[in-house]
Amino acid sequence: MTTPLTVGENTVDSLLRLDRMPHIWCQGCGIGPAVGCFTRAIESSGLDPDKIALVSGIGCAGRAAGYVKLDSFHTTHGRALPFATGLKLGNPELNLVIFSGDGDLVAIGGNHLIHSARRNMDMTVICINNFNYGMTGGQAGPTTPLDARSTTTPYGNFEYPFNVPYLVAASGATYVARWTVLHVRQLEWSIAEAMTKPGFSFIEVLAPCPTLYGRMNKEPKGLDTMHSYQERSVVRDGADPKDVAIDSDGPIVVGKFVDIERPTFWDQWKLLLDRAREKKK
Amino acid sequence: MPEDGALCGTFFMNGDVACAEGAISAGCRFFAGYPITPATEVAERMSERLPHVGGIYIQMEDEIASMNAILGASWAGLKAMTSTSGPGFSLMMENLGLGVMLETPCVLVNIQRAGPSTGLPTMAAQGDMMQARWGSHGSYEIIALVPSSPQEIFDLTITAFNLSERYRVPVLVMSDEAVGHMSEKVVIPRISPKELVSRRRPDGTQEQYLPYKADEDLVPPMAIAGEGYRFHVTGLTHDERGYPVMTVEAQDQLVRRLVDKIRLNKKDIIRYEEVGVEDAEVIVCAYGISTRVARLAVQEARNAGIRAGMLRLITVWPFAEDRIRELAQQVKAFVVPEINYGQIVLEVERCAAGKASTLLVPHMGGGVHHPQTILKAIKEAVQ
Amino acid sequence: MKLWRTPFDQAEKAIRPAKVLIDKERCKGCGYCVEFCPRGALVMSDELSSKGYTLAAVADESKCLGCGLCDILCPEFAIHVVSNDNES
Repeated sequence: MTTPLTVGENTVDSLLRLDRMPHIWCQGCGIGPAVGCFTRAIESSGLDPDKIALVSGIGCAGRAAGYVKLDSFHTTHGRALPFATGLKLGNPELNLVIFSGDGDLVAIGGNHLIHSARRNMDMTVICINNFNYGMTGGQAGPTTPLDARSTTTPYGNFEYPFNVPYLVAASGATYVARWTVLHVRQLEWSIAEAMTKPGFSFIEVLAPCPTLYGRMNKEPKGLDTMHSYQERSVVRDGADPKDVAIDSDGPIVVGKFVDIERPTFWDQWKLLLDRAREKKK
Repeated sequence: MPEDGALCGTFFMNGDVACAEGAISAGCRFFAGYPITPATEVAERMSERLPHVGGIYIQMEDEIASMNAILGASWAGLKAMTSTSGPGFSLMMENLGLGVMLETPCVLVNIQRAGPSTGLPTMAAQGDMMQARWGSHGSYEIIALVPSSPQEIFDLTITAFNLSERYRVPVLVMSDEAVGHMSEKVVIPRISPKELVSRRRPDGTQEQYLPYKADEDLVPPMAIAGEGYRFHVTGLTHDERGYPVMTVEAQDQLVRRLVDKIRLNKKDIIRYEEVGVEDAEVIVCAYGISTRVARLAVQEARNAGIRAGMLRLITVWPFAEDRIRELAQQVKAFVVPEINYGQIVLEVERCAAGKASTLLVPHMGGGVHHPQTILKAIKEAVQ
Repeated sequence: MKLWRTPFDQAEKAIRPAKVLIDKERCKGCGYCVEFCPRGALVMSDELSSKGYTLAAVADESKCLGCGLCDILCPEFAIHVVSNDNES
């Protein structure tokens, strides 16, 4: 256990479980900066941390729930969204944040992802995308770019990956953005915006995985991936989500792609209550 | 209808509807489900009733999501329930384990139908009894109640909520298609708040709160989200703080407590009904819909001069092993009719431990036993 | 730089001396702070942490403008940039 350097002054420390530091993430892992952005976003958005609940699934990113000093739930693989749905409906005052990985949210939890977006559940999803399954040792998943190597695609990935922002936008999300962990300022601002916006918000965060994905794809150090983000990323706010697919060496389009208004599940539920009362009379 | 929205009076309703009404009377205010025959009517009734009692109904995208949603709602402080049947029950198993691990009060109703797989969706069976006990991976204890009539499914749904809030464990109501779709008289009494149990809440200061520090009864008080406790819970093996600890010792301490909190309190949990066991030489041990047929067979056996009795299991898990052991000293045989190819009979046989013989009367599902089939088995057992 | 007038927000925007604190127990030596510091104030040291990682260190504190990029980029929450006003 390490002691905080500046007790009470540093936003990050006051929202972390310091008795669990240092964390389990590898050298150069991109999840840490994303967690940092999330904690600073809580500060900058002025939200009451007591009313924020964080729900995670399984995987490297899923471990975030254990490191933040909030009501935090580390659930089963892929099921963070339905768990959070119950939590949100049980107490609509809670601000729900789902912090999990691409394998958890898009593969095993893919069905819950599209349905939560369809319902426009009032929650913010921070999806750490490192293009592979880190916790289990670097296997390919539905976000692994074509031709990329992984421990289960030793001859290169032959399956086409999801364009995640396109998937989520098509399913009905009202806020969709993508950043890399190099874009820390934008990411923090984007998380704050998403958390204060009603409806289903989704932020894809590209993060280096030097130990596994990077090592197998000519980026053995976190810095290599960060440099590739620096060279390849293009900020295009308002870009059509269908044009933002990622391949293994082309440009990475980042920015805020969708920011629209649509009634949330809760708005619709209140209408239903009126209808139910009407019918009873 | 009283102000709190719970029904009160005498009704003619089917088991599924009675189950939903039992939940509402028990204070259930969250239901997440997915349509499946023959449990759909529970969800339908809840969707109609919950908006009028300040509750929330949500139809999820599948049973996996339903199970998780009720866990989430429970952590927001609501009494929550889902209902399903065989295929959906299988899908819920992983997260039933999450409910056990996080010690989350909730109720899962299984209106059993005949399997395996899609089987006979519209016809009764009792084939999920062992799945109820062992369906999720790892060592754990669970509570399962088995109603045999619409009235009893109403009553037991309330009991299920009380037990789940008391012991912080998911409670299963293992009904079946026959009870679910049978319409009978159901008397719904005025339930006073005293009859309802709510989970114990922490009363310490927020800094000192340890989410999994159990009291003497091995059940920890439960905080809910949004109250400032800022607790962490995880499906990983954890310590009293709720933090993951990957050691043999932590595993031993946690799993032992999860199991013991049910086993050591089984006197409070186990319920059964006995008919004519005092002088019995043969006992029909049955549960659920099978008891209704068995009752007739036992009566006919008595008429034929056989000293037959019946042990009707209301709580199937934890199993009434002490009582079966006692009875095994007294009787020649146990006759176990069940609508599967032998599940609870294995438990009876284990507890009889050779002191009395056990005779399975199986039914592959899709209906109930004929009383004569059970009578024949009783006669065979005493020979 | 010579200014033709004193900017009204000069006091607010003035460069303040800052102190970069690096927690040696948390640093895993990824090098993000060193690489992306716009002023080159940080360097990878020869020192190893108790776990064997090469530690980042402050090379020249006078170069630091207190922008805090190292702080927010650090995957280990190991860097805190604090204002050095009181000491100066």
